[in-house]
Amino acid sequence: MKFGVLVFPGSNCDHDTYNVIEQIAHQPVTMLWHETEDLEGCDAILVPGGFAYGDYLRTGAIAHFAPVMQSVKRFAASGGLVLGICNGFQILCESGLLPGALMRNAGLKYICKQVHLRTETADSPFTSTLTKGQVLEIPIGHMEGNYFCDESTLATLKRGDRIAFRYATASGEITADANPNGSLENIAGVLSEGRNVLGMMPHPDRSSELLLGSADGFPIFQSMIAALATR
Amino acid sequence: MTTRTLPAVPAPASISPELLKQHSLTAEEYARIEKALDRTPSLTELGIYSVMWSEHCSYKSSRVHLRRLPTRGERTTGPGSVVQGPGENAGIIDIGDGWACAFKIESHNHPSYIEPFQGATTGVGGILRDIFTMGARPLAVMDSLRFGPLSTEDGESDPALVRKNHQIVEGVVAGVAHYGNCFGVPNLGGETRFEPCYSGNPLVNAFALGLVKKDEIFYAKASGVGNPVIYVGAKTGRDGIHGATMASEEFKEGSEQKRPNVQVGDPFMEKLLLEACLEAMQTGAVVGIQDMGAAGLTCSTCEMGGRGGVGLDVELDKVPQRETGMSGYEIMLSESQERMLLVAEKGREDEVLRVFERWGLDGVIVGEVIAEPHMRIRQHGELIANIPNQSLTDDAPLYHRPVGTWKAPVPLDPPAEVVEALRQPRDYTADLKQLLASSNICSKRWVFEQYDSMVQTNTVQGPGGEAGVMRVKGSGTPGHERGLAMALDGNGRWCYLDPKQGAKLAVAEAARKVACTGAVPVAATNCLNFGNPEKPEIMAQLSAAIDGIAEACTALGTPITGGNVSLYNETKGEGIYPTPVIGVVGILEDASKSVPANFAHPGDVLLLIDGGEQLGCWKHFGTSEYARVVMDSMWGTPYPLDLEAEAELHRRLAALTNAGLVHAACDVSDGGLAVALAEACFAHGTGVDVHFSGYAGFPSYTRLFAEEPTRVVIACSREEVSRIQQIFSGSSPGVWPIGTVTNGSFRIRMDESKEIAPGEYTKAETATVIETTISELKAAWSGALQSALSVDTVTA
Repeated sequence: MKFGVLVFPGSNCDHDTYNVIEQIAHQPVTMLWHETEDLEGCDAILVPGGFAYGDYLRTGAIAHFAPVMQSVKRFAASGGLVLGICNGFQILCESGLLPGALMRNAGLKYICKQVHLRTETADSPFTSTLTKGQVLEIPIGHMEGNYFCDESTLATLKRGDRIAFRYATASGEITADANPNGSLENIAGVLSEGRNVLGMMPHPDRSSELLLGSADGFPIFQSMIAALATR
Repeated sequence: MTTRTLPAVPAPASISPELLKQHSLTAEEYARIEKALDRTPSLTELGIYSVMWSEHCSYKSSRVHLRRLPTRGERTTGPGSVVQGPGENAGIIDIGDGWACAFKIESHNHPSYIEPFQGATTGVGGILRDIFTMGARPLAVMDSLRFGPLSTEDGESDPALVRKNHQIVEGVVAGVAHYGNCFGVPNLGGETRFEPCYSGNPLVNAFALGLVKKDEIFYAKASGVGNPVIYVGAKTGRDGIHGATMASEEFKEGSEQKRPNVQVGDPFMEKLLLEACLEAMQTGAVVGIQDMGAAGLTCSTCEMGGRGGVGLDVELDKVPQRETGMSGYEIMLSESQERMLLVAEKGREDEVLRVFERWGLDGVIVGEVIAEPHMRIRQHGELIANIPNQSLTDDAPLYHRPVGTWKAPVPLDPPAEVVEALRQPRDYTADLKQLLASSNICSKRWVFEQYDSMVQTNTVQGPGGEAGVMRVKGSGTPGHERGLAMALDGNGRWCYLDPKQGAKLAVAEAARKVACTGAVPVAATNCLNFGNPEKPEIMAQLSAAIDGIAEACTALGTPITGGNVSLYNETKGEGIYPTPVIGVVGILEDASKSVPANFAHPGDVLLLIDGGEQLGCWKHFGTSEYARVVMDSMWGTPYPLDLEAEAELHRRLAALTNAGLVHAACDVSDGGLAVALAEACFAHGTGVDVHFSGYAGFPSYTRLFAEEPTRVVIACSREEVSRIQQIFSGSSPGVWPIGTVTNGSFRIRMDESKEIAPGEYTKAETATVIETTISELKAAWSGALQSALSVDTVTA
């Protein structure tokens, strides 16, 4: 089992994501430079947070043309596990691996803080060690995290049980106050149709050690490891 | 590279008084230039002298005083010892396990007034380059910000200035956020304060700290005749020309016209530069490296040569340029951002250039190291500057400016109406709410939530506590890595009321915040923000503040390893409060043992650790936030400080932490004990039930709201109280149990006795002086800044 962390020149959570897999999950992991098309036989791809190419244009808009992303698209199409966190989620949306778009936060400002998420489905290789309805404390840090999709896409997502996480209160209620960025129906993370691609704005990479305030994000990586182990 | 055919002397400029004035050079300074060169300078050379001899680059007014700062502590080896003191891009201390940390604070005040967003971004960019040019990967940044009031009720009567202040706050915070967030360095907050004197002259002081292996530190020193000089990073444009000179003048009407002097920051470029520089350093082919900050290519060329006792010969036609037709003068003085100059080992330059190519950056050989200790600049086949390095750096003018005598600016005793108001019965619950909602005390969440405080996954304590705490990956053992605590502090009002005392208190408070986390404070950096040094009264402030810093840093064992001086902080002849800002860094042996500032456990016992003696003193109470906010007045002088007791407090707090006895520790500062208790409850929705029996003869308001230093409140479990008392036995700061943590009710009772005849008091009676809930207090505290900012000022 080997994880690959994509590295765009402006990725800044690449080391963080790498560190979780290597130091906390104790699994093999490698960095994949944006100019390569070789995924080096990785069994799961992590698209980390940051500002891929500066994001002066729409976030993730340039990254989707990167050589490495062409391979990631093929990898995902063949059922490979891909997790996009923050900027990684934005890139996966731009690349068409996930539906919808991430617009500027409703408050128009960057927000970094701990938020609560409600697990909306345990039926995925990213959430299998969680239970439906389980509340997680995981931080966000973004300017463009306001998830949007059209009505028919939303209906498709709901029908397919593809909404993975919603912003919630500490007790798991979905309220407007618990929505930090204006996301449609408090959506914080969505799955692809094949359930093998997850994009989420909150950072499980920043919540995998109690020393940093919360380890609630770690089960997402553990779920991936469990899924890979049974493949 | 051939220089032999060139004439040895650049074409002289036609010098006129106007030309010198444009370059902010005096006639005496010009005479010095002629003497140093033994000829008339070229126009480019005149420009080079004007920036290098500007106050900003040469510290010509402050250097003689800065020498009094302690730069070495008692620790000579091992964790906490100074590896690099002032004079390099940043100071460096040993933090143990083979690691060292580089840190410094720098101002970007003038550009942030003229163009708040870009001024702030480039302030952050500049300090980050100072850190990674030494081979250190930035681990954290913090900022100390000073703004004018956001409403006409807060001391600024001019609605136009209030509007401008809103723009500055929004722009500066967004700029700091934009740069750090994209670059990928966590911002641990810092401090934000408001005073009318900063209307029209905000202060933006950026602090950065980075980690480097002790044996992999790089210095800004050129060596090895024949080694290539390589320019890397962004291209050079016309932005920021004479930025350093602008920052060395007062603001007058029309200073906004200097907007073109402000540079534009590109954090993505800086991120590429960081990764490429650190990777290039790993090749082993880099000899020396310096960033191009203030005074750009000029400064890096002469300083790198100067430190190495060699010269740099640079051919400007090779410098990557963003615009066409740039003159040599413009290229040398440009302050375009995200650029570095490095010297590589001859024959290995390709190893370095390949790294920059991989990161998509310009990397060009622009010259070579020469034996003659001169900066030699050529363009279009002509020599346009040839200056001895020494004359630009060490031999820059050094002024012993007249130092006036400092006079107390306000009366020592309170005005009669304040005396009368304080004599009446007061609703202290209402006073506490008013304080919590005031600009200097209210929550700064609106500011720090715009900053990414968690990237790099090292943040153990982020913004909003006493100090930031970071763990050092790769040190200690997994889960128990070493920690670094850092805090900024400065109180301009106190320095205005007594510059020496105010500066001492700033050092003590920054160190105390660090000590509250359980860390041992080991080193400091300072940013000295003052007015026009040509005025003797300003020099009196500067000189006294430096004495105060020196005394406190010596006593507390925190030598100054570097920093920055920002003078001419005046608008229309009005100076700011003298504002030294101190950054203190401390070491925790185990980051997982760091002590938070918040009360999390109802039932915990609260202990006041008190090293002060002047709590009731009337003349000091006039310097408090209570006097400013509730009484709308200011009198007296800041509290005295017992540095011995302060140092003892820090040592014993570290001992408590090592023994694992403390659940929380918070510093008693702005707003006094009542505010400290309330703030420590907000995070977890707890409260306090306090019965304060000490100092019964003093009025309740001083006991609730006085800002006497050397005081900390800690929370611990009941079983540990006696052990804690034991640790403090025989020490000058005493320990007093004052109450318990509750589930959300907030009550303070006090024993009060009245003076019936001089020295004769009634028997103490217990009275409830504050009774409310934490949610009521939090409502006042949490939204005040955001509401002030959201008031529509356009039509005001």
